[in-house]
Amino acid sequence: MEFKFTTESLEKINAVLNRYPTKQAALMPVLWIAQEQNGWISNEVMQETAKILEINPEEVLGVVTFYTMYFKKPMGKHHIQVCTNVSCMFRGAYEIYEGVKKKLGIDNMETTSDRKFSLEEVECMGACGNAPMIAINEEYFENISSEKVNKIIEDLEKSA
Amino acid sequence: MEKIVLPEIKDMHLIDVYLANGGYSSVKKAFNQTPDDIIDQVKKSGLRGRGGAAFSAGLKWSFMPKSTTKPKYLCVNGDESEPGSFKDRQILEHNPHQLIEGILITCYAIGAKIAYVYIRGEYHKFINFFSKALNDAYEHGFVGDAMREKFGTDFTCQIYIHKGAGAYICGEESSLMNSIEGKRAYPRVKPPFPAQYGLWGCPTTINNVETITNVPPIIANGWEWFAKIGEPKHPGTILFGVSGHVNKPGVYELPTGTLLTELIYNYAGGVPGNKKILCVIPGGSSMPPLRGDQLEEIKMDAESLKAAGSAIGTGGVMVMDEDTDLVKVLTRITKFYYHESCGQCTPCREGTGWMLKILNRILSGSGSSNDLDLLISVANNIEGNTVCALGDAAAWPVKYMIERFRDYFETRVNTVTKLPIANKVHSLRKSVIPL
Ligand SMILES: Cc1cc2nc3c(=O)[nH]c(=O)nc-3n(C[C@H](O)[C@H](O)[C@H](O)COP(=O)(O)O)c2cc1C
Ligand code: SF4
Repeated sequence: MEFKFTTESLEKINAVLNRYPTKQAALMPVLWIAQEQNGWISNEVMQETAKILEINPEEVLGVVTFYTMYFKKPMGKHHIQVCTNVSCMFRGAYEIYEGVKKKLGIDNMETTSDRKFSLEEVECMGACGNAPMIAINEEYFENISSEKVNKIIEDLEKSA
Repeated sequence: MEKIVLPEIKDMHLIDVYLANGGYSSVKKAFNQTPDDIIDQVKKSGLRGRGGAAFSAGLKWSFMPKSTTKPKYLCVNGDESEPGSFKDRQILEHNPHQLIEGILITCYAIGAKIAYVYIRGEYHKFINFFSKALNDAYEHGFVGDAMREKFGTDFTCQIYIHKGAGAYICGEESSLMNSIEGKRAYPRVKPPFPAQYGLWGCPTTINNVETITNVPPIIANGWEWFAKIGEPKHPGTILFGVSGHVNKPGVYELPTGTLLTELIYNYAGGVPGNKKILCVIPGGSSMPPLRGDQLEEIKMDAESLKAAGSAIGTGGVMVMDEDTDLVKVLTRITKFYYHESCGQCTPCREGTGWMLKILNRILSGSGSSNDLDLLISVANNIEGNTVCALGDAAAWPVKYMIERFRDYFETRVNTVTKLPIANKVHSLRKSVIPL
């Protein structure tokens, strides 16, 4: 699938380029802009990013694969991230994680067939004081329980 | 009690409220003094880094070369990914202007014209809060080219946010710099240290968000004032994040030297069901765990915790009650380091995986007493043999938890397999004990 940055994205990229003395340094912000536009980082996105920043596509690949938050495949519309690190584990994170798996019928890093939901087991998200927690896309849901998570998912299911 | 970093003032995140409470007056005061004066005051105040290593902030700043033609940089570390840590986000949300003011003073002191604030990618919400405050500060002329007019000085400074993308290792300072440069974020071999060879090979200082937020009050009230708060060798307050088995988990700003038991029982409300405490990790998951029956009289500051056999780290206190499965905890912690190892050094890359396999074996009920020694031996082979301190961070919990809770772990391993040392590792690969 072909990928081109939109005019809007290109404007954002130009603003970002001003912040760094080298073009390569804009790589992470440009990848964020690309993911916002495209939903994930495909090979075409990497090619295009490399062209704009005048670096090798391999270098872009090296950076994309270093981080967990740049998606290497399309994820669901609602990407559910469940923290299972210790502070959340003490307060029932694994029960929640297993519950979501069962409810959606998917495993870690899988997407439901209707592409609505995807699931990821994540490391500590910095919400230990409000454990357990999940995040859906960019939003944190803290102090949750299995019941609350079920309710959140059901509401999302209804909302299209 | 004095709150330095998170004052209890409503809506302090708004620039008008911050200004009404004396905001941005410290930076004016600083501009009337020389950079060396500022460094000297911060040194004398005794302010130590809040990002993990508790290194003197003023001393670190003094390493920045004075005569150089190269640009200098400040990196503000808001990666906050150490399990058990959730304090910097409070500053980004509730007191962002004090952080901005601290950045301005720090940049002036070290001669940096650009500061990058590195915030972990998961913190979208907190990045937005901080970004809003930063825009307001720009609009009011406190940051950027307008500073010339606002303060009547030649010094100007730009502050940019750099958003991470999910990698714990980027909190390590040299990894953070490679991340900003747009490279794979491998930690660098040191020396050279960042003050000599940092971002793009230029002199760079890296400080934690909380460290920098302490700077404006030090300039405003004087170093003598700060040096008197808490423990003399590690003065000030710390944002302690208490999590796990407590009734009131959360962030508590308290003077250094506060008793660990007071923090857990008085502030965090004690343990649910009045259960006993089995184990406490006092400074984030990388720090050596303490036994619950040895918590009396332990004070929360760098020196006291060192004497007690642990470290202050990020001040993230994780409390585990008597019913906690420590094998599960240690396995989960090790899984984290296995996942986050950047893979650059063999002992860390391979060792974390081996430790995880052995721990999983113990967890499944087929561990042996030898496995405990094997774990310690693997941990010892990682510690001190790697490029960055993630290796130590992975080794310490394993080594110290097993050493300090040997009795507990012995009850969880049943078979004693008598293998010569040289065969132990081999036994991991095949036969004898199935993996
Ligand atoms: C694996 C690893 C992860 C780290 N993560 C963080 C972090 O998330 N935030 C932080 O401020 N410091 C972190 N540090 C410590 C930094 O390397 C650095 O010492 C610190 O930011 C310096 O700031 P300070 O002197 O103000 O504490 C980490 C260190 C290591 C080895
Ligand atoms: S110690 Fe681990 S995380 Fe640090 S550089 Fe080596 S492999 Fe990477």
